[in-house]
Amino acid sequence: MQVTRLLVVLLLSIYSQLALATLPIQLWQTSAGTWVYFVESRGLPILDISVDFDAGSSTDTPETSGRANLTLQLLSLGAGGLSEDQIAKSLADVGAELGGRFDQDRAGVSLRTLSSTRERNQALDILGRVIQRPEFPEDVLERERTRVITGLKDVDTKPDHIANHTLKKMLYGSHPYGLRSSGEIASLELLQRKDLLELYQSRYLAASAVISIMGDVSRVEAAAIAEALTQDLPPGKLNVTLPAVVAPVAETRRIAHPASQSHIILAYPGLRRDDPDFFPLVVGNYILGGGGFVSRLMQEIRQNRGLAYSVYSSFSPLRQEGPFEIGLQTKKEQSEESLRITQQVLAKFIAGGPTQKELISAKQNIIGGFPLRLDSNKKIVDHLAMIGFYNLPLTYLDDYVKAIGKVTTLQVKKAFQRRIKPEGMVTVVVGAVEKK
Amino acid sequence: MSHNHRASILSLGLKIALAAMTSLVIPLSSGAYANPHEFKLANGLKLIVKEDHRSPVVISQIWYKAGSIDELNGATGVAHVLEHMMFKGTERVPGGEFSKRIAAAGGRENAFTGRDYTAYFQQLHKSRLPLAMELESDRMRNLILTKEEFSKEIQVVMEERRLRTDDKPHALVHEKMMAAAYQAHPYQRPIIGWMNDLENMRVRDAKEWYDRWYAPNNAILVVVGDVKPKEVFALAQKYYGGIMPRPLVPLALRKPQTEPVQVGIKRLTVKAPAKLPYLTMGYHAPTLRNASSDWEPYALEMLAGVLDGNESARLNKELVRERRIANSTGAGYDSTARGPGMFYLYGTPSEGKTTSDLETALRGEMEKLILDGVTEEELARVKAQVVASHVFRLDSMFYQAMQIGQLESVGLSYRDLEVMVKKLQAVTAEQVREVAKKYVKDDSLTVAVLDPQPLEQKLPSAGSGGLRH
Repeated sequence: MQVTRLLVVLLLSIYSQLALATLPIQLWQTSAGTWVYFVESRGLPILDISVDFDAGSSTDTPETSGRANLTLQLLSLGAGGLSEDQIAKSLADVGAELGGRFDQDRAGVSLRTLSSTRERNQALDILGRVIQRPEFPEDVLERERTRVITGLKDVDTKPDHIANHTLKKMLYGSHPYGLRSSGEIASLELLQRKDLLELYQSRYLAASAVISIMGDVSRVEAAAIAEALTQDLPPGKLNVTLPAVVAPVAETRRIAHPASQSHIILAYPGLRRDDPDFFPLVVGNYILGGGGFVSRLMQEIRQNRGLAYSVYSSFSPLRQEGPFEIGLQTKKEQSEESLRITQQVLAKFIAGGPTQKELISAKQNIIGGFPLRLDSNKKIVDHLAMIGFYNLPLTYLDDYVKAIGKVTTLQVKKAFQRRIKPEGMVTVVVGAVEKK
Repeated sequence: MSHNHRASILSLGLKIALAAMTSLVIPLSSGAYANPHEFKLANGLKLIVKEDHRSPVVISQIWYKAGSIDELNGATGVAHVLEHMMFKGTERVPGGEFSKRIAAAGGRENAFTGRDYTAYFQQLHKSRLPLAMELESDRMRNLILTKEEFSKEIQVVMEERRLRTDDKPHALVHEKMMAAAYQAHPYQRPIIGWMNDLENMRVRDAKEWYDRWYAPNNAILVVVGDVKPKEVFALAQKYYGGIMPRPLVPLALRKPQTEPVQVGIKRLTVKAPAKLPYLTMGYHAPTLRNASSDWEPYALEMLAGVLDGNESARLNKELVRERRIANSTGAGYDSTARGPGMFYLYGTPSEGKTTSDLETALRGEMEKLILDGVTEEELARVKAQVVASHVFRLDSMFYQAMQIGQLESVGLSYRDLEVMVKKLQAVTAEQVREVAKKYVKDDSLTVAVLDPQPLEQKLPSAGSGGLRH
């Protein structure tokens, strides 16, 4: 094993020479108390900005489910004295792109613009209005509510959505992570403008927001941009407390559907962003089902048996335990066989852990491939936003590589045994074979 | 967390979705960033290298000028099946080893099959480019195709078809619409192939395909990243230089299979489990043949932009926001293809509205545009987006390589990228009106609608239209 270990050490040293010092993050606070994460990059005439708020779907309750999503969606549909049409035209006139990011924890607005003065100023003016002076017009709310509800009626017929929706409820029970991010028809119908305003006023707070800036501006310019984007945000700072995630009640649910394939998902509470088991679980997941074509699940389900096109396992780290999921789709007739093999692969992995060879391959990929995670402005601004939102250290990316390098087979095995209970998982099969 | 799916298909449905999202399919390259270097090996392999030194990484893509357009009846889907089989090993690199070695080098890899091409790629640290070339050149000629591996992989492909088409109502509508819109041209056939053809495909079909098209003189190697062009050329020479060219039909001499002129509207209905109906309308349209002298494809791109290029563009503003006839709607057109083109209008009606209401509204928008033309303001807005998106694309090495490969494999040149941006900027309002008038007409229209069926009802052969086990 000495030779292969040496290779990991070598990879680490190559990495540290080439990539480590390449992400000099600058950090400061605006006068409104917003933390700013900035990387200057003059390679392309582009500016990327992300503004993230603690206003994800976990701020919803069963009664207000869908409120957080609708609030984010409406930000750009009327703000700062401009109509939705004026906002859209103003952005399009300079070729700027406004985007959103939404999950259980976060609601974020992103902007990509050319860095030339006219384009940049016009785009930033719009972004400033959208995040600081949204108007939530009544008629726009009516229309968007109807569109979301109509969309939900449609996705409620699709097997992948049915599987996901059902699974999240089984996995999280009454925890807000179990709520559907786009909401439920009944709760959406009751939402009023004041509900959206209230969420905005209580969650889009200056001192809790995080701004990430990447691209073709100076530190001085970035500081001025951040000031202008935060001076009129609702003042204050959040003290967020989310309930703890508790283990689910183990259950397998089979739901009929006319599709030709069954959609199968197994899940268990997984990773927190600040999780002490983070690195062993990330490395282990690569080996089990995260590592593309070389994972155990891919090998057993697809390569050896041709049972599915796609099979994967994944962790989605959140403030509290995000889901650990295993998913695949296969024609109905072989769904029970596929589920059984999947369960066997998981059980064997948890009982025995990875081999030394698998561990080394996983580290080689994660460490050797690290530069690919930072090879564009877009990827870098996304990392800044994540580091900022979860208050991770500025050395996070460097630490990540080092921490991966230190993971042992025993740590992976112990972490999986401690955290993932195969017998306690929730499982959903949509498109189960009908009883004859 | 993203899942790596080998063998994604650039299907029509996806192309439309992409067109809707990015609003316009606009090529990159301006003077400041245009640096591709072109080389040709003695065996006919074309190499195009684009330097991008922002990160210590590289992407290597090999494009074969063979896609579903080159398939014959009875063997539809074979281009894509072979793409799957390309990962099954050679004498020197046994099955599964390719992926393992790329993964151990910290790399990512995948492949995709389109109507006009099949492409394979690796993304890795720049120091590992030789490994990517070594493995990719090896499987250009030394692939071992066994009955045993084939019998498993064809099952994977059938699962892929179920996942992406049979159980996806919109994809099904597009598949059946293409089959109706084209009578003679091979674009009538789905890239993934008809289910019955997959069921009857044998390893020798894949072998014949491989022997026919996989050769250096039918391929383009595109490398983008933190590299020195001359060093890449030396590597390509080392790894690909020894592969013998094969006699095959060059692009320009393949049978055109020109679609006969459509002489009247075609309509079809597709029933599938869903809640909302869906409408798509396709008009036959030209594609670029000469990037310098053609003008109509550029005007069609701008037409799509005026209708659906941004949130304030006509279709969204009028039909979604103001009149509330559609829950969503869009327009799409892709100017680059080996075969003919199609201009699309599509959408989902609002609740209480029908596909017929939406069709009437879309026709109304087109009539208005043909009658009154487009404003300079609208056109300027779309052109601003052309400029910006062309710069934004430079942020992705993958996309830069994609653009070069796509153009080269349909018979255009990466050099045309420059020309295309300029020509798009030069389109006039009158030209947009002219192409709308000329191509958006009933005689060349195919209309397809999704007729949603309740989940409870069992559907006879919803899906493949082929045999089922």
